[in-house]
Amino acid sequence: MSLALPLIWAVLIAVAVFAYVVLDGFDLGVGILFPAVHGRHERDVMVNSVAPVWDGNETWLVLGGGGLFAVFPLAYAILLPALYMPLTIMLLALIFRGVAFEMRFRARHDREQRRWDRSFMGGSYVAAFSQGIALGAFVQGIRVSGRAYAGGWWDWLTPFSLMTGLALVAGYGLLGACWLIWKTEGELQDRFRHLAARLAWATLAFIGAVSLAMLFLSAPFRARWLVLPRAAGAALAPLVLLALAWLLFAALKQRRDLAPFLYALGVFLLTYIGLGVSLWPMMVPPGVAIAAAAAPPATQAFLLWGASVLIPIILIYTGYVYWLFRGKVQVGVGRH
Amino acid sequence: MAGLHLPSALDLARSQFAFVVIWHFLYPAFTIGLASFLAVLEALWLSTKKTLFLDTFQYWLRIFAVVFAMGVVSGLVMSYQFGTNWSVFSDKVGPVIGPFLGYEVLTAFFLEAGFLGVMLFGLKRVGPKLHFMATCLVAVGTLVSTFWILAANSWMQTPDGFGRTADGRFFPTSWVKALFNPSFPYRYAHTVVAAYLTTALVVGAVGAFHLLKDKTNPRARLMFSMAMWMAVVIGPLQIVLGDLHGVNSYHYQPTKVAAMEGQFDTEQGASALMFGWPDAKAGETRLALGVPKLASLYLTHNANAVVEGLKAYPRSTWPTNIPLVFFAFRIMVGLGVLIVLLGVTGLVLRWRGRLYDSRLFQRFAVAMGPAGFLAVTAGWIVTEAGRQPFTVYGLLRTADSVGPVAAPAVAASLVAFVVVYVVVFGSGMAFTAHLFGQTPGPHDPGPPADEPIRTAGITPAAPLSGAPQQTQAPKTQGQETRS
Repeated sequence: MSLALPLIWAVLIAVAVFAYVVLDGFDLGVGILFPAVHGRHERDVMVNSVAPVWDGNETWLVLGGGGLFAVFPLAYAILLPALYMPLTIMLLALIFRGVAFEMRFRARHDREQRRWDRSFMGGSYVAAFSQGIALGAFVQGIRVSGRAYAGGWWDWLTPFSLMTGLALVAGYGLLGACWLIWKTEGELQDRFRHLAARLAWATLAFIGAVSLAMLFLSAPFRARWLVLPRAAGAALAPLVLLALAWLLFAALKQRRDLAPFLYALGVFLLTYIGLGVSLWPMMVPPGVAIAAAAAPPATQAFLLWGASVLIPIILIYTGYVYWLFRGKVQVGVGRH
Repeated sequence: MAGLHLPSALDLARSQFAFVVIWHFLYPAFTIGLASFLAVLEALWLSTKKTLFLDTFQYWLRIFAVVFAMGVVSGLVMSYQFGTNWSVFSDKVGPVIGPFLGYEVLTAFFLEAGFLGVMLFGLKRVGPKLHFMATCLVAVGTLVSTFWILAANSWMQTPDGFGRTADGRFFPTSWVKALFNPSFPYRYAHTVVAAYLTTALVVGAVGAFHLLKDKTNPRARLMFSMAMWMAVVIGPLQIVLGDLHGVNSYHYQPTKVAAMEGQFDTEQGASALMFGWPDAKAGETRLALGVPKLASLYLTHNANAVVEGLKAYPRSTWPTNIPLVFFAFRIMVGLGVLIVLLGVTGLVLRWRGRLYDSRLFQRFAVAMGPAGFLAVTAGWIVTEAGRQPFTVYGLLRTADSVGPVAAPAVAASLVAFVVVYVVVFGSGMAFTAHLFGQTPGPHDPGPPADEPIRTAGITPAAPLSGAPQQTQAPKTQGQETRS
């Protein structure tokens, strides 16, 4: 029992973070695709496709942060100072984006609209890039002494973290493009198909590069992925990834609507699971384990009661909202 | 560099928290009340079918959308502030107040975010009844959210239901006691009413502004009238709640109340100071001008009771900025008195049938528009600066709560927050002011979002294929079937 609670919570937090990554991933991706689409109406369609849901999507980030604070306060207390700069920059970028969301539709003239469009686009890029940097810095490991972060305020900046930053921009761009294939039609949809294929290549290349870099950088990672007998199971992961990639490209070629988005989600899920397997059982690599970072059982149990009732309800009404705004968004007859 | 005093990481972290939390709270202070106001307007529209209510609803919904978005993103920052700058605090206190913030996200944040989309974009899709439900859920969400945040804040003021480990970390022993800690009911009531008053003052000011241009505008009359009712009913209620809250604080946080009163010496029949200059070094309030026995009366409800001064407690437990607490308290109370005056004058004018005619009174209402924001800000400064030098009153010092981040990093992020907030939220607020200036007209289209999607009306997910655009678009397989 004493170990069950931290494990359940570790899984729940991981799920919340994943939900955030894919949900805000596609709506950040919409901003990332802005440079490829110039028309005002086309951009309106893109933003309209996420306008009713972005707010809820971003809430998963608050759950990730707030949840970590509650059930793994030590991890929260170590990670946030360690990732101080990228997280602060991410928050500021999300501010630009969030306000631009509302303001670009209300712009009184074109110049103002372009300014808010740039805020939206810039905010999306910077948020995605800094999230990727935070991820890379986290994976590389956090220096800890006692119960606190022991590194400096520039430790997060490494070639590896810059690469993961770019990787996430490409990945979110892919999610955004696949989402827009689902939500648009006609010539605009064709354009997103084209973009999705390019971004899929970029994403796969980054996944390969990041995995190789980790093999060089991390001994535990090598032990987990290259040493038999574990490596036999581990060899499955690249195979599944290749299969998903093939399905994704096939779906794009066959001009399917929803399938590319689902396969892109599959790519994200597989990569995410691979990451989890690599880090297990660490909450803060390399040295703070899940059990060590956990809040007292009374705290974890208290929030788990609520979470087990409320998360299903949240999923139901979130699903309802998505269902309500289902279907294609069209040029000129948007919700805005 | 000699003689140059650089601020410490602690000072910078405090400034940063104060800056982002004060700025953030401006939005909920307004949207908590506005969400309820919108729910009432929509209920009135549904029950009477008068477009007057729908038009007024749409007018305020447009404003709500912009302000709420700013509240969401500035709130996102708050959920990371505890960790970035106050990580030691988080490690020590997270096991007790962390779940409150977790519950806030689970019970309120998702609810608001989920149904906000329906509220803003869904009237034509779901029909009036379901839409009304969405509006109500958003309104309830704001109140539930306030509940958890204030539970966490109150626990830091009057902690209860906890134990401590050998190295000083807190752990829960009773959730009921921790949640319903001694100051929580008072703080919750006082804050929610403050938010309602803030909204009423803004709505009243906007109504008055448009009445000054055209006193026959029925929407301006409606908002002005409703706001003035609120001011006269909950303005005095707020004074009563504030007094009860003060008595509670006096019991549990005597150093805070002594700083509010500028009371250094313990005194029988203590006077309430109208003005003074508290000098912590000298241990006295200079230029004191007060009403005898009044402080004893409102703190203990006995005019001759003894009121403890700061000197009854070690200097190391005195609030670090006593003049700030002292003056913020006077600003809050002064504004409270003005708000009651506004409400009572409004009632008298209404009774005489001159509510919509008195231009002087309408100008007064316009001037009082920002009073709620000023009062809640002053109130928060009183309670937070009054809690110093502790984060958890009496138990955990602020100096022992700050994280290991280097001063230049905290300074850089503080500058970045200030610049981004001023630029982004500044233009958001300028835009909100522009919306206030727009005359509330008939057939208000609401947020641009709510432009009719198509004439099919309220059918959920109405047919899209009949739309004129893109008829030559290649139909792809797997396209959704549409109703």
